[in-house]
Amino acid sequence: MRNKIVLEMKNIYKTFGTVKALQGVEFRLAEGEIHALMGENGAGKSTLIKVLTGVYSKDEGDVILNGKAVSIHSPQDAQKVGISTVYQEITLCPNLSVAENMYIGREKGVWQKWGSMNAGATKILESLQIPASASQQLGTCSIAVQQMVAIARAVDMECKVLILDEPTSSLDEQEVAKLFKLMRELKERGVGIIFVTHFLEQVYEVCDMITVLRDGKYVGEYEIADLPRIKLVSTMLGKDLDDLSDIKSDAKEYICGEAPKVLEAFDLVSDAGIKPFDFYIKKGEVNGFTGLLGSGRSECVRSIFGADRVLGGKVLRDGKPVKIKAPIDAMKAGIAYLPEDRKNDGIVGDLSVRDNIVLALQVLRGYFRPISKEEAYKFADEYIKLLEIKTASADTPIKSLSGGNQQKVILARWLLTHPEYLILDEPTRGIDVGTKIEIQKLVLKLAGEGMAVTFISSETDEMLRTCSRLVVMRDRKVVGELTGGDLTQSKIMETIAGGGVEDGRE
Amino acid sequence: MKNSKALSAVKDKVQKMSDTSLLLTITIVVFVLMYLGAIIFEGEGFLKAQTFLDILNNNSALLIVSCGMSLVMITGGIDISVGGVVALTSMSCAVVLDLKNGSIFEAILVALFIGLAFGVVQGYLVAYLGIQPFIVTLAGMFFARGMTTIVHAKPFNVVHEGLNKLKDSRIVIPGLGYTNKHGKYIDAKIEIGVVVALVVVFVMFILLRWTKKGRHFYAVGGNRQSALMLGVNVKRTVFLSHVVCGLLAGIAGFVFFLHVGSGSPSHAQGMEMNAIASSIIGGTMLTGGVGNIIGTLFGVLSLCTIQNIVASAGLDDAWWIGITIAAMLCLFLVIQSVVMKVRKKMTKS
Repeated sequence: MRNKIVLEMKNIYKTFGTVKALQGVEFRLAEGEIHALMGENGAGKSTLIKVLTGVYSKDEGDVILNGKAVSIHSPQDAQKVGISTVYQEITLCPNLSVAENMYIGREKGVWQKWGSMNAGATKILESLQIPASASQQLGTCSIAVQQMVAIARAVDMECKVLILDEPTSSLDEQEVAKLFKLMRELKERGVGIIFVTHFLEQVYEVCDMITVLRDGKYVGEYEIADLPRIKLVSTMLGKDLDDLSDIKSDAKEYICGEAPKVLEAFDLVSDAGIKPFDFYIKKGEVNGFTGLLGSGRSECVRSIFGADRVLGGKVLRDGKPVKIKAPIDAMKAGIAYLPEDRKNDGIVGDLSVRDNIVLALQVLRGYFRPISKEEAYKFADEYIKLLEIKTASADTPIKSLSGGNQQKVILARWLLTHPEYLILDEPTRGIDVGTKIEIQKLVLKLAGEGMAVTFISSETDEMLRTCSRLVVMRDRKVVGELTGGDLTQSKIMETIAGGGVEDGRE
Repeated sequence: MKNSKALSAVKDKVQKMSDTSLLLTITIVVFVLMYLGAIIFEGEGFLKAQTFLDILNNNSALLIVSCGMSLVMITGGIDISVGGVVALTSMSCAVVLDLKNGSIFEAILVALFIGLAFGVVQGYLVAYLGIQPFIVTLAGMFFARGMTTIVHAKPFNVVHEGLNKLKDSRIVIPGLGYTNKHGKYIDAKIEIGVVVALVVVFVMFILLRWTKKGRHFYAVGGNRQSALMLGVNVKRTVFLSHVVCGLLAGIAGFVFFLHVGSGSPSHAQGMEMNAIASSIIGGTMLTGGVGNIIGTLFGVLSLCTIQNIVASAGLDDAWWIGITIAAMLCLFLVIQSVVMKVRKKMTKS
């Protein structure tokens, strides 16, 4: 049975200009419950969270905490009534000590009492089993530990409601496990936790309840057992999942034939700290790199593209040796690379969608042969239509688009250069399920047209769906390669873990 | 074996240190080495306590200004108006005492007022209107320099009985004197300004290390957005940093005036740059969030010792001093970045 309801949001409405962001949304959270808030991008999750934390003020509706209606106008208000939030980006100061980060800004008094502060912090860190010392500078801790310190701060503020907004997106699996342990412990103490995430597996691992939003509307509240994965996705999308099964059959149809090798690399090594590796990809093939976060997946493809400094090795393109020292060399050789870090390596935030799309092509052409405005509009409109990019116009600055649509724009940028080899590094990270599926479909379509594609994703099932060959990495080294019948979740796990690898590489 | 054990112990210690204390250690070590070098190569002059005290005597104003500068830089800003403010303050004090026949007390009030006014206005523009601190204080610098000329166009020496008394009074430090060639014992002395400067250093150290407000400056300099989310009043903190810096520039103006006893539009030329250099040498980072007032003290001492060394080596021209300071700044920045990089690698592995 469910515990006492600690937080209730009733009939919440919020409008931005003409956009109805929230329309009559309900949400209920019980004590000692981990409650997933699910929905695609733009479904209203973050708006709801921001209403709850006082970043936005609601137009209509009630927030009831412990049976009493409360009005929250600022994040400070929220903290005072016992609602704490840990955001996706770490909002702590890296130059201060762990203890300072836990206490700063919320204590009265003039003097900084280091002794009692460190003692208090140590107590909390120990009770939550967080591997950090109170006097350590925060910047020297790993991202996961920093995330935990943020939670420790929230917990110590005697919060009744803890909001975790995509806390796992920058953590690897072990770190996620630690975080979950911490969450379960808080649950034992009766803290109600709202968990926002894009990772479906994580929802099923740790949550008790799921509330689904779609298009700013409340869809329903479910117990975890009543809503299996496939149903959750269809509830979020509002349609049945024929699409998903479609993709699967497509992938199986692909036969790894005797197509020519588009690219071959021998003993390639870069300054990013990976061991030398061999690699090849054939025309029309989709392959992937898999491994834990930090195992060197991105570093491998970055060295192929020349994004990191290449220290040694040989690269053959269509059987002929090429020298790739910088991304421009790779581009000239018909290689395109969609980077992992969309915000910093991908988009140019203040430029329009059109400018972002033609950027790579313009570079390839050289600056003395500018793409005319008409041409640029033509290209932009073509790809906006082709990839169904949701944007007000081609002149809209890209930073105002949602994550998924930004990703499509970057994809359009590379497709416009008509590459023969396309590398997609985490193209589906941080975007909604619908767009994820669209991108996977597109990958298969491109491969069908003869393009070689490398597809990297943290979600193994995505890779299983799209790739016909997986390169497995561990500790910055290629440790195996899986094809055909070996392409299963368990086999991948086994290879990553290092059990029973029968591969000549090692 | 033993060696490697000791090495790993040191390694461990370095890892646990905060950026601030690590840079402070580097600064102090380099200063001590430099001073030892000066004693060995430039002769016994540097062995006399008075030589060291004279560095303080001649640069107490710079020390005060540098404390303010460090505060602003720790908060993530910069204030290049301070040299101009020192000039304006000392000129105003000169006019008050000489032409208007005012009292010392009045001069001090004028100095404090000017400094505070600059700090409040600049702080408001930077913190609440969100204008770049560099631009705001650049305007402040031009304004202060211009106002100095308006207050009084020509340099002049002040004749004022009270001032002369104060200016010439010295505090004897027992036990640090020396016996000269004629066998006469000469006391080691410091000026009033040095006492003021050391009080400022002490107060600022306490503020930044032992008060909650003081830690807010670090938080804002470390990451503004995070500081805001952690409940720090970011705007007020930035505002306060400029107010304190302006006020200290006013105090420094009076101390400077007390040292030179004159007013001139060309006083304290380039002092803001020396203050920035001292802060950086003292381990304050231009990017904010890292720094220490004790470091700043050693930064000023290092900078001025270098000037003394260059001068006593007979390379008295201004450009020689400029070149050595430039070399020293480079050296420090390189050491800082190398140490930070090595440390980052160590934490990773």
